[in-house]
Amino acid sequence: MPKSLFEKVWDAHAVRTLTDGQTQLLVGTHLIHEVTSPQAFGMLRDLGLKVAMAHRTFATVDHIVPTDQFAEPYRDPLAQAMMDELRRNCAEFGITFFDRASGRQGIVHIVGPEQGITQPGTTIACGDSHTSTHGAFGAIAFGIGTTQIRDVLATQTMALGKLKVRRINVNGRLRPGVYAKDVILHIIRTLGVNGGTGFAYEYGGEVFDRFTMEERMTVCNMSIEGGARAGYVNPDATTFAYLKGRPYAPKAAGWDAAVARWQSVASDPGCRYDDVVAIDAADIAPTVTWGINPGQGIAIDETIPDPAKATAADEKASIEEALAYMKLKPGAPIKGTKIDVAFLGSCTNGRLSDFQEVAKFIKGRRVAPGVKAIAVPGSQGVGVLCVELGLDKIFRESGFEWREAGCSMCLAMNPDKLVGDQLCASSSNRNFKGRQGSPTGRTLLMSPLMVAAAAVTGAVADAREVFGVNH
Amino acid sequence: MPLEKITQIAGRGVYLPGNDIDTDRIIPARFMKCVTFDGLGEFLFYDMRKNADGTDKPHPLNAARFKGATILLSGANFGCGSSREHAPQAIQKYGFKAVVAENFAEIFFGNCITLGIPCATASRADIARIAAAVEANPQTEIVLDVFRQEIRFGGQTVKALVRDAARDALVNGRWDAIGELLEDAAAVRATAARLPYLAA
Ligand code: SF4
Repeated sequence: MPKSLFEKVWDAHAVRTLTDGQTQLLVGTHLIHEVTSPQAFGMLRDLGLKVAMAHRTFATVDHIVPTDQFAEPYRDPLAQAMMDELRRNCAEFGITFFDRASGRQGIVHIVGPEQGITQPGTTIACGDSHTSTHGAFGAIAFGIGTTQIRDVLATQTMALGKLKVRRINVNGRLRPGVYAKDVILHIIRTLGVNGGTGFAYEYGGEVFDRFTMEERMTVCNMSIEGGARAGYVNPDATTFAYLKGRPYAPKAAGWDAAVARWQSVASDPGCRYDDVVAIDAADIAPTVTWGINPGQGIAIDETIPDPAKATAADEKASIEEALAYMKLKPGAPIKGTKIDVAFLGSCTNGRLSDFQEVAKFIKGRRVAPGVKAIAVPGSQGVGVLCVELGLDKIFRESGFEWREAGCSMCLAMNPDKLVGDQLCASSSNRNFKGRQGSPTGRTLLMSPLMVAAAAVTGAVADAREVFGVNH
Repeated sequence: MPLEKITQIAGRGVYLPGNDIDTDRIIPARFMKCVTFDGLGEFLFYDMRKNADGTDKPHPLNAARFKGATILLSGANFGCGSSREHAPQAIQKYGFKAVVAENFAEIFFGNCITLGIPCATASRADIARIAAAVEANPQTEIVLDVFRQEIRFGGQTVKALVRDAARDALVNGRWDAIGELLEDAAAVRATAARLPYLAA
């Protein structure tokens, strides 16, 4: 019987069925970072257990690292304590740690693929909800909690209920100035922030066939914002070309065998899906969020929703709550909304192609007066490539600050934070209340080029008009 | 490690209205700069409960009459957002023993069960009825019966579902999976040996 990739990978990693009916699933690759792991190591010590497969466990540090300070000790002693703790845990249990001194440090979801650790047909777990990113390679990747990190450390397995699979086809061609970020914001807007509950999303169709690995990662990254526990794209020639030659990719004779295996895990033609959704690429516009969850997005030329026009009481209340927090006017165009901060980076859009695309257009342009603009490579690897290509210079000359790799202003665990009710045009993935560090700070999610357009004009703008984008 | 069999939770309730209450709201990220979960309880819903100067905002958790409540009631998609176990840990350390909502985000749900916090889903209308009873008399005793999948309060009984695997795990004292996961190391090794990328 034809099977989906999800089923094949699940079946291959299922150890046994547990008493409560869940599956004991083998985790091929365990990625860890400093925020969610220290308590898990503590529990492991309390139980007197060891790490089952230290050689399949990889660590890096991303959330707490200051992006304007490299040398330790960090100004924030709590951040330093978390750094020290991760270092100690990795040393004690024999885990590979991509520390800052290694030159391979970065946001965990950028480092895994970049190092070639993320591979098709594998299972990956990480104590971070954006682990879905790794699905871009045809891996089944789950975000897990700290107690589950303990489980994976101790046994290399975890208890999990099987997911259903929803195939999302995006066919046709994206219009110029429409990016992978817009595709996922559009999908979440269409299916809802909890539309994916109980599902893994399989993304496919002409748009995904043409997408680069970095574009696929941007989409898979935000699967969780649509409520899906995992999201993936079937591996193909694009996947293999990306992986070839990376530090942890199979080498020499092992390469061809690996590619053959990877090809065989792709979903079989005619396999059954629990649900299928079709989206026309031509319907997707540059999208901007106006509210306090990633599903509250509109096309750049639409107006901010009016609660008075809401059809359901629920919808009315949620629009009202969002507008009150965002201090935005119902019915007004989103275009022209003044911004204070522009943030380029995060595990959604902090990769080389994101900076390349923006650099192409901001060369010779200036960040508007009064706007704080920061560009933060998602990993040291991305940072080095940007410098080699001279992109850091273009950003600096345009008035962006160019920083060290880390999560930066995506969340509030390092010195990069919004202040008061600042409004931030952000290439990150969450616009929750207080997400960017100020309890009243406001976030508008958008594609990197839209962030750049907002940065140079000082207000939310249509990047296609600002930069004359026509591919 | 025998675990407590969690068949029912009895206590007073507090209702937190709203849908899509995300993990950043449950525990803002800046309070996650820690290497243990100790003391997280005091930061539960911090930015919803406190003004910038640390004074209280009007919030159900700040109201004296709801102090000591152990059952948290809320709306739809509760716990969406990040995988941070800091969220259920903060809920538990604050003193809550169960959460009742219209539905839950998945990672949050799993994290709660692993900590022995039952997450029960009830209909909006039923949650509203419980909330009304609590509002009228904060001393109302609420019994979340995990085994029978119902909530009893003030002489009324409503349906409250706890998904199969979770219910089974709670009532049989198997909500922390580690014991069972450690049981069959040979089966784990055998599965790994069949996978070329792990066997190599
Ligand atoms: S960049 Fe943001 S979403 Fe990604 S891992 Fe870091 S904090 Fe999480």
